Amino acid sequence: MFKKFSPSTDIAGQTPVKSSVQRAIRAAVLSQWKIEPETLEAIWPKKEGLVHVKCREHISIYTVHGEPLIIQHFDGPYYPTLRLLHKYPYILPKVGIDRGAIRFLLAGAPMMCPGLTSKGGYLPPADAALPAGTPVAIHAEGKDNAVGIGLMKLGSEEMRRINKDVGVEVTTYLGDDLWALKAL
Amino acid sequence: MPSKKNATPANPAPATEELEGPPPPEPVSPVQVLYCAVCSFPPEYCEFGSSLTRCKEWLKENYPDLYDKYYSENALTAKVGTLSLEAQTKLEKDTAKKEAKAEAKADAALKKKLASQITIKRIERNKRKHVTAIHGLDAFGVDLKKASKQFASKFATGSSVTKNLQGQDEVVVQGDVSDEIVDMIEAGVGVLKGIPVDNVEIVEEKKKKGGD
Ligand SMILES: [Zn+2]
Repeated sequence: MFKKFSPSTDIAGQTPVKSSVQRAIRAAVLSQWKIEPETLEAIWPKKEGLVHVKCREHISIYTVHGEPLIIQHFDGPYYPTLRLLHKYPYILPKVGIDRGAIRFLLAGAPMMCPGLTSKGGYLPPADAALPAGTPVAIHAEGKDNAVGIGLMKLGSEEMRRINKDVGVEVTTYLGDDLWALKAL
Repeated sequence: MPSKKNATPANPAPATEELEGPPPPEPVSPVQVLYCAVCSFPPEYCEFGSSLTRCKEWLKENYPDLYDKYYSENALTAKVGTLSLEAQTKLEKDTAKKEAKAEAKADAALKKKLASQITIKRIERNKRKHVTAIHGLDAFGVDLKKASKQFASKFATGSSVTKNLQGQDEVVVQGDVSDEIVDMIEAGVGVLKGIPVDNVEIVEEKKKKGGD
């Protein structure tokens, strides 16, 4: 989504978010992420205005004091930015890719099932299976910090069964053009 | 005047009591992730970037223990993990290639930068009125908006970033301040730091006869 992203051409405009809409976003984030209300409050205080940065192709970035915190595509789920996830790594469920898949991810490729189901990969156990459409933190074999954030294209059990094609689409990753933007 | 501490039990301050309930839950404090000063990745990912050699130098100098953690011989064997030997060799080759490519690119960019010109144009608006257009600052990594603000406050005048006829951004300052700006560039004031003054050229644009 952010492999190529240039603020001067890809941002259509910035508008402060109405407080009723802010409340709705806050409620949605609290229900979608595993985050305590007080922690979200510390990240995004109620009295601080959220700014909606409208981008090309229905991508929305929400910022507080210019710092990108939340990403949304169309009216899909809310993602934290990777920098925010690094600070609060537990807010999204985790999947893992094997070492061989890291360089493909860093080149902007979607993650294929075998990279997640192999020995170096990680999918949650069956009793904590993740359905398709879940935003996930993408971790990597042998690394502590997440390398990207993605969206489950298939459920984790389906990935194990089918084990081919795209398993996780990558929303943002280390070194993409959004990573480079610390402030908007 | 009685201080709050000396309030008698017969006269309790309700506001204080309310505050003494169960403490409000504390926010979880964020993990402070260290980012590489060279490639901006967490150092564990430097090996996938295009500046590994410089990243390693930086880490060794600033965080020697982390350097050992990631690049000691043991770490290198452990790191390969489930990757096959061929795949690991390929990865290393790719990294070296990427690095060489990035270096070539950086070299080219530097050459281009050193060759690029800054034009300060004195434009006549009226008989005694001028504006000064500064073009090409962005090639030296100067944030044009910041430069514009700096000029505006330095000269106490209007300044803006506008597109010229070729559609390129330039800074336009009200008044004739071309010589002063050359001085500022020479002194490397604020955001103008590091610009070689040899690359600066002053030109003059006279008002065209019968122009608007
Ligand atoms: Zn690095």
